[in-house]
Amino acid sequence: MDDTTALYIHIPFCVRKCLYCAFASTDEAPLATGEYAALLLREMELRAAALASPLRATTLYLGGGTPSLLEPDLVGNIIDCAIRLFRLDPAAEITLEANPGTVTAGSLAGYRAAGVNRLSLGVQSLDDRMLARLGRVHTAREAKDAFVQARRAGFDNIGIDLIHGLPGQDLGHWRDQLRLAAALRPEHISAYGLTVEEGTPFARLEDQGELALPDEDEAAAMFEETAELLAEGGYEQYEIANFALPAHRSRHNQVYWRRGNYLGFGAGAHSFLREPFPGLRWRNPDDLGTYGCSLADGVLPETDITLLAEEDAMAEWLFLGLRMLEGIEEARFREEFGRPLMEIHGTAIEGLCAAGLLVREGVRLRLTRRGVILSNRVFAAFL
Amino acid sequence: MKIETIRNFSIIAHIDHGKSTLADRLLEYTGALSEREKQDQFLDKMDLERERGITIKAQTVRLNYQADDGKDYVLNLIDTPGHVDFTYEVSRSLAACEGGLLVVDASQGVEAQTLANVYLAIDNNLEVFPVLNKIDLPAAEPERVKHEIEEIIGLDAHDAVLASAKEGIGTREILEEIVKKIPPPEGDPTAPLKALLFDSWYDQYQGVIILVRLIDGTLKKGDKIQLVSTARSYEALKVGVFAPVMREVPQLSAGEVGFVIAGIKDVADAKIGDTVTHALKPCTTPLGGFKEVKPMVFSGLYPIDTSQYEQLRDALAKLKLNDSSFSYEPETSLALGFGFRCGFLGLLHMEIIQERLEREFNLDLITTAPTVVYKVHRLKGDVISIESANQLPPTQEIDYIEEPFILASIHTPNEFVGGILALCEEKRGVQREIKYLTPTRVMIIYELPLNEVVLDFYDRLKSITKGYASLDYEHLDYRRSELVRMNIMINGEVVDALSLIIHRDKAYYRGRDLVSKMKELIPRQMFEVAIQAAIGTKVIARETVKALRKDVLAKCYGGDITRKRKLLEKQKEGKKRMKNVGNVELPQEAFLAILKVEE
Repeated sequence: MDDTTALYIHIPFCVRKCLYCAFASTDEAPLATGEYAALLLREMELRAAALASPLRATTLYLGGGTPSLLEPDLVGNIIDCAIRLFRLDPAAEITLEANPGTVTAGSLAGYRAAGVNRLSLGVQSLDDRMLARLGRVHTAREAKDAFVQARRAGFDNIGIDLIHGLPGQDLGHWRDQLRLAAALRPEHISAYGLTVEEGTPFARLEDQGELALPDEDEAAAMFEETAELLAEGGYEQYEIANFALPAHRSRHNQVYWRRGNYLGFGAGAHSFLREPFPGLRWRNPDDLGTYGCSLADGVLPETDITLLAEEDAMAEWLFLGLRMLEGIEEARFREEFGRPLMEIHGTAIEGLCAAGLLVREGVRLRLTRRGVILSNRVFAAFL
Repeated sequence: MKIETIRNFSIIAHIDHGKSTLADRLLEYTGALSEREKQDQFLDKMDLERERGITIKAQTVRLNYQADDGKDYVLNLIDTPGHVDFTYEVSRSLAACEGGLLVVDASQGVEAQTLANVYLAIDNNLEVFPVLNKIDLPAAEPERVKHEIEEIIGLDAHDAVLASAKEGIGTREILEEIVKKIPPPEGDPTAPLKALLFDSWYDQYQGVIILVRLIDGTLKKGDKIQLVSTARSYEALKVGVFAPVMREVPQLSAGEVGFVIAGIKDVADAKIGDTVTHALKPCTTPLGGFKEVKPMVFSGLYPIDTSQYEQLRDALAKLKLNDSSFSYEPETSLALGFGFRCGFLGLLHMEIIQERLEREFNLDLITTAPTVVYKVHRLKGDVISIESANQLPPTQEIDYIEEPFILASIHTPNEFVGGILALCEEKRGVQREIKYLTPTRVMIIYELPLNEVVLDFYDRLKSITKGYASLDYEHLDYRRSELVRMNIMINGEVVDALSLIIHRDKAYYRGRDLVSKMKELIPRQMFEVAIQAAIGTKVIARETVKALRKDVLAKCYGGDITRKRKLLEKQKEGKKRMKNVGNVELPQEAFLAILKVEE
């Protein structure tokens, strides 16, 4: 049995909620960071005690929200707790998401000293006009400063998040953004297309016709050129939206795509265990009050606990695995589910290959260039 | 039962003016419906069909009421369907009554629909008295509405009952008015049986149930009855009333209203308006006014999932059991596969049937644009009736084509007159009359080709008048017209289900309009899609839907796989509701694009 696991810690606080954000986060502060960290530790204790068999953590990821609102000593407590309860590997990848404008040279050094060895900077754009439109709290200057300070603080593995397809953005602008970001030489770049999520201020603006998003052709061109431009800088596209210098892929995120175990802690965090077969999912409530009350009662705040149906697990295995550009191996499918892939999805796969969206390459099956940009079409075929 | 204590009445109201709620109050007040069994809106509830023994469709309910004069009365409420498509059914239900309550929303006033039905009632010699409903609303203007009733309908409204069915205000006053104002029926119980069949439906346990109003004579269980139009005889197996549940009675007598179950197999044999009499001792003169109803509007219904064909056929058969005015026959489309060409009394009737098929039978359907019955005079001298563009013979065989015209009465506040006249002119209308009913209320009367009306007329009218106008119509005649067939091609292939018969002068406009609407409705596909409109071989309009460039979700965050999966599933669900024509996926709406009104 595979006892390795990824740990995810959700920090749902933000200085201000961005206009496109649909994640569990709040810019009101019902709890002090110390109180929240105490809840996290409590949850980790309860979870460790509740596990049927002990797990061995290989990555830890503090995401949000804005995890860099948590003081370094609190982050240190969480890491120590993970070492104690989940045998966090000394060589583990420990990532902290940080938003420019919320970090200082001091705090960055503090995170590094606490054990954080990878930083994911929420830069999003290096144009103040765009940042303002997105409702981000920082400026381009602050983003660059944060990057330089992080390097100085000893971070040799830094990722930068960027968003394309922004209101008022055209292809030329996006190219400039990519060049500016690549010039900083981060080890990792995530480039996401803006998605207007239901219930966000952006969704309301779009309904009112006040969000001048690039049209489909323009947005498609931005997506396509991202891979080309970043390749020039030595960044390899290893997942639909993720690019890395050699040996700097995000280990944590690859766990999600490979259907490895992961335990999520904090309000709104998601978890998945491979056992019992074919997999168990649950999540924590988004609401901080509900989350906290449950823990105060000594009860794990888990909800929506779902034992996957086998066909759902198969579909997930495919649509997660295919997000990685190296694709999937049929033999691994058979190992996992005891049946040949082609017996289950043969027709769909042949059709997608014929349409030029999937391609076989030796033992692997992967998305083509066109398949990447039309990947939803591919994935939907397995549902 | 003494005939002097019977009152047969119906409620005349515009849709939404509160007829159903008022009926509920009358039932409750007279104890026909106890608080416990009370279902909101007893009338108008198709769901009730499932509960055996409770009426459906045009309902009748017997209410027992002790009036202020101390006498016990039997009040028969005969509900009528309330739409232009069912004018004939309404007229037969009204013919079963001596009086009617004209219910008018005190905040809205008189509507064209109300007007049409009031005139029907008056034509049937009904004693009509007004009730102002929704008097509790802050927007209620009883004095203005009373004035309107007097001005427009010519009915004395100074002592109209002020009611709020919702709040239970005025219920007792209405019952008293029914007793006082509506005359008792007249009729001779000793004369040979003469009864009006004013509704019928199919019950899976008991066969066809007919509703009758006895004009003369009596009717008992075991009587041998005859339906005059078919001359067929049946034995009355059960005779009874709805109170409101089915209750058998020893006999029905002149002036009374009730049901008869007589082993009639097919609802088409129990025609509305027919006369029921005794087989052995028939009445000498049957009732007048009987007519066969014929579908006027046709459209093709196809299952999106071809494997649902059998289910659709069974569902249509089931609906037909209860609705003889609706017709269907198999039709094959190259584009859509196997389906049915269905005939309806009008657009509302069409919508009702479609909705029931989708909701009650869980079918996903493609509906083709509605069409009317054309008369094609061929050069060889004969005339054929066609209900779809695909039945049109080759041009060289056609001498000329005739299309049906209607007489439309549009009732509107005066500020919309200009817009409505422009619409009617655009729709090839011929103006008959513009009547100012009051300084602010206008009745516009036009002769219009039905084929223009079944397309987007209603919706256009609604949008021009912000919903304040109402429309009523009757069929006029057939007129010779310059009509042509317009084909729509998707990537070069004619999609037969999209072919239309239209007026030659409208072809270019319609063609351009249709392809541009379709362009908006057809989502981008993996390849480019060309949409063309053509008359014969001549292409008159073209639009292109560009190939899909991008369909990707970048964010896969914090392990929330479920959210991602839901998004993919939603997308897949959407695709299921598309119809593959060749290798192009067309959404349901694309087949009705012609009906879509520009915002």
